[in-house]
Amino acid sequence: MLEGDLTLRQGQFELRSGPFALPAQGISVLFGKSGCGKSTLLRAIAGLDQAARGSLHFKGERWQDGRWRLPASQRDIGFVFQDAALFPHLTARGNLAFAARRVPGISPSDALNKIAVCADRVGVNALLDQPVTTLSGGQRQRVAIGRALLAQPRLLCLDEPLSALDWQAKAELLALIDRLARETGLPMLFITHAPQEVERLADRVVFMVDGHIARIEPLQEALARPDSPLFAEEGPVSVLHGQLSAADADGLRHFGNVQLRLHLSLPNDANPSATRLRVLARDVSLATVQPQGLSILNQLPATIVAMHDRGRERVTVICQLADGQQLLAEITRYSCNALALYNGQCVFALVKSVALMG
Amino acid sequence: MTSLTPSEWQAIWLTAKLAGLTTVILLILCAPLAWWLARSGSRLANPVAALVSLPLVLPPTVIGFYLLIVLGPQGAVGGTLEALGLHHLAFSFWGILIGSVIYSMPFTVQPLREAFAAIDLRLLDAAATLRAGALDRFFNLVLPLSRSGILTAVVITFAHTVGEFGVIAMLGGSLPGETRVVSIAIYDYTQALDYGAAHRLSFILLGFSFLTLLAFYSINRRVLRPLQLR
Repeated sequence: MLEGDLTLRQGQFELRSGPFALPAQGISVLFGKSGCGKSTLLRAIAGLDQAARGSLHFKGERWQDGRWRLPASQRDIGFVFQDAALFPHLTARGNLAFAARRVPGISPSDALNKIAVCADRVGVNALLDQPVTTLSGGQRQRVAIGRALLAQPRLLCLDEPLSALDWQAKAELLALIDRLARETGLPMLFITHAPQEVERLADRVVFMVDGHIARIEPLQEALARPDSPLFAEEGPVSVLHGQLSAADADGLRHFGNVQLRLHLSLPNDANPSATRLRVLARDVSLATVQPQGLSILNQLPATIVAMHDRGRERVTVICQLADGQQLLAEITRYSCNALALYNGQCVFALVKSVALMG
Repeated sequence: MTSLTPSEWQAIWLTAKLAGLTTVILLILCAPLAWWLARSGSRLANPVAALVSLPLVLPPTVIGFYLLIVLGPQGAVGGTLEALGLHHLAFSFWGILIGSVIYSMPFTVQPLREAFAAIDLRLLDAAATLRAGALDRFFNLVLPLSRSGILTAVVITFAHTVGEFGVIAMLGGSLPGETRVVSIAIYDYTQALDYGAAHRLSFILLGFSFLTLLAFYSINRRVLRPLQLR
């Protein structure tokens, strides 16, 4: 558990987190507009800001108590900065070695081994002897992530590590971070202002507004609120969890589980280990009976659990699928009235389009 | 250079010793001072910077005069030493060493301060999260990242001390092997109308200074500049 209550004054800006408690497992995403204090909070949690006050405990260990602060160098954390912050006078290997050598009780040969394994894991094996000034943005972040992991942290902080990257590098690094989180079991705090990154990575979301934590909730709950700040750009979104199968005779692949099955037409290079599917509510229609003669592949039986009038003649309908996952549909108020929809009604959710994340 | 007399060799060696010790002492003193000036944001930073820079604008005779008072037999420092049964510091090597340290200090502090101020603080944060404590960060990150500034400080401090005259003339006089550095020797030869000897030593100083600066600019451009690219 990471729990505390931190304050920090920085010129005009004031961070007042309010009491918070985060499980020390999985990926917690700090989400909010720029300037809301995400980075300030993360730096205070990492112990990088001397002006931080308040209390902070990690797994029962005291990290901050009033003005007293355990130095960042003694917190066993890893930190990945927005611009990687690699040491410019060293090669990629030198940067990794800087971290590996400072792990207590590590022998030089052990450190070399760990560097090789880690470089392989983050995909920078071929770049090890390059000066970091020659690396691309994505490569730099890979080295930065590897460097943070080599310090053998108990908590990994990532401060908008993808914001400076192009979409290709972004997608690759999202997959890498997701994989590392699952393989290492290392708890992560991840900052972003991009809803797609939240939906891709988050186990839980820490919503920040004007320097305080407005709410901490699991991703599924965060996505079940039609007024969620995550929906500011593209409207309500659902994230379905499941496994991807191999292609069938028609070239389609199945996503889901025993009780839920979606048919997907995917490019050949789609990541076979992807576990999340993103569905925009506006791409989901509802039918009270199973429609015939329709080109839409995915017609999922569902039960209406709630309906929210979002204004502007739109209604968000929250449906529960056969396996218990929730799917949001956005329909017009006119359709809602015409179909006489009600809570508890069994309907068919027609999914026009999905995006595989990863 | 067989034409150099033993006393001229002595002056050259004394000059090298004075400049070398001054440089070492100043690097040790000024590294923390420059860091504090560059990074503390303290309200005292500007007054202290002004104080340290005084030798840039004051006539060396003024510094030499005050040091003569303070370090001499009646002064606060010299008098105390006498009371302890030691010798005062006027007209001694240790006296001109103190004078050189004060006189050359701005030439060490300024390049170091600029180099330290240019370091990206996030690199230090990154090192802290990699278990590097304050001293570890200073020696393994700040110093290597500041090597261009450190080289500048070393070269300029050494060369500037070699070229020192006024403070030593006021404070040290011209005692062979003790305070008679090359610049003083040149002055003495000129006063004695021994232009041949003055020529020899002057030419040596001119050549040394030029070659030092030439080497410095070549190294700094070719080797160190690429490192500063981010």
